[in-house]
Amino acid sequence: MIQASGLRKQYGDTVALDGVDLHVREGEIFGVLGQSGAGKSTLLRCVNLLERPTAGTVTVAGQDLTALRDGELNRARQHIGMIHQHFALLSSRTVAGNVAFPLEVMGVPRAERERRVGELLELVGLEGRGKDRPHQLSGGQKQRVGIARALAGNPSVLLSDEATSALDPATTQSILALLKRLNAELGLTILLITHEMNVVKSVCDSVGIMARGRIEESGSIADLIKTPGSRLTREIFLLPEPAPAGSVTLTFTGDPRQPVVSEVVRKFDVDLSILGGSIEDLAGGSVGRLRVALDGADAPAALAYLRGSGLIVEEAA
Amino acid sequence: MTWEEMLPLLWPATLETAQMVGWSAVFTLLLGLPLGVALVVFDRNGLRPAPALKSALGFVVNIGRSLPFIVLMIAIIPFTRVVVGTTIGTAAFVVPLTVGAVPFFARLVETALREVGTDVVQAAQAMGASRTTIVRKVLLPEALPGLVAGLTVTVVALIGYSAMAGTLGGGGLGDLAVRYGYQRFETLLMIVTVVLLLVIVQLLQSLGDWVARRLSHK
Ligand SMILES: Nc1ncnc2c1ncn2[C@@H]1O[C@H](COP(=O)(O)OP(=O)(O)O)[C@@H](O)[C@H]1O
Ligand SMILES: [Mg+2]
Repeated sequence: MIQASGLRKQYGDTVALDGVDLHVREGEIFGVLGQSGAGKSTLLRCVNLLERPTAGTVTVAGQDLTALRDGELNRARQHIGMIHQHFALLSSRTVAGNVAFPLEVMGVPRAERERRVGELLELVGLEGRGKDRPHQLSGGQKQRVGIARALAGNPSVLLSDEATSALDPATTQSILALLKRLNAELGLTILLITHEMNVVKSVCDSVGIMARGRIEESGSIADLIKTPGSRLTREIFLLPEPAPAGSVTLTFTGDPRQPVVSEVVRKFDVDLSILGGSIEDLAGGSVGRLRVALDGADAPAALAYLRGSGLIVEEAA
Repeated sequence: MTWEEMLPLLWPATLETAQMVGWSAVFTLLLGLPLGVALVVFDRNGLRPAPALKSALGFVVNIGRSLPFIVLMIAIIPFTRVVVGTTIGTAAFVVPLTVGAVPFFARLVETALREVGTDVVQAAQAMGASRTTIVRKVLLPEALPGLVAGLTVTVVALIGYSAMAGTLGGGGLGDLAVRYGYQRFETLLMIVTVVLLLVIVQLLQSLGDWVARRLSHK
């Protein structure tokens, strides 16, 4: 749905994007995770060409945006929604007026506009608040207006620039739940950027980890979790790295109540001590990661058994 | 001087001032608003960057701003004659007043428009809004309270300028104060005129503040 190839963006001597390839599949929620200054906003703004990349191409819904002229680009943008960290609502307009703005831009007639604004406000849970002014709303409600506005043109793609970073944790969860619902109900493809792992864990199907203008690792979360040594896994579980010599790190997906560990101790002549670990709830299900030390004559056989049970086993040197 | 003698002088003078300032304000708004918009739109970080054009406009505006009004008024007498056909009377002074106030107002418009957050402008761009739509539906409405405040300041400045224009044959309250108060030592009339000007300025400023506050939804 979104395909970026070889994106570079330079501001004078600053290289904000240093050759980024990005592939977001239709209907997924793709998160770009990285620290401040990594180039996330620049990447997002290159996707709808708010920022023209120094090199590279961007294709959204089959259309090469980098090849379009101004007028054509404006028309293409009407079908790419965007939400912003600080909401970017017009204080000169009411809530309904804000949601109507993109419809005015598209030339939708007034009656049709009013009907559509009503639908959109209902969709984001703000029915009856149309006449309010943005400053009368809470942060979460403002972002709901932002989302309603972004959806006005029935976009196939929604871009989110740190949409929950200005919100408290509970409100963040409610906005993320709304995005997840829109993704499921409307088949909306969402590309979001964030510096919070929590956002990636809660809603993303896929992730790209960004640092210094590059995407260092990307793929579906389910795949990355299963990839030994992946950065995503290391960052989600926060076990001490590198793993201490002789330790074994086990990653298990699916039902966290499989009794594999007690089975191993019963079946094999080994002693098992737990060094650390946790279970995390991700959008695609629970994932556990446990670091243990296995001692005893049967240790190699025990590890083979664990592998055979579908666990990912990483042995530290 | 008694009140009966002063009123026939004060009333027409007040009307002349109102006419001079009113018309100048209208023309200043019509010319200064687009000029202020141009200063923002053609800026290096504007909607349609044209740094050379922006510098040229900025230069012209600065000339207008740096010239003392009294010098400007005299310097453009030939231009005034071309536009109005005469260089005396209330109508003639609308020209120098407008020329003097346009650069001033344009800078205030520029400042007010710059106050509009880049995030809302970019949000509108992301929605596919054209530049004219962004100017008409984002920049100007969002800056409206600031524009009203700027216009108020400009009108108050115009009242000050108009008093100066009055002494060169434009009529109005300034002319009255100089002719009677200064040249004929009619201290009472002078004081009344000053108080009248003060009251007018206060009222206009309060009105402007009130409107700006009503329009602001922050
Ligand atoms: N308009 C700009 N002009 C100059 N430098 C910029 C501009 N936008 C971003 N940068 C630089 O590009 C780098 C990446 O910025 P950004 O994309 O905002 O990172 P992030 O969103 O990950 O915090 C930073 O070093 C930043 O200073
Ligand atoms: Mg950013």
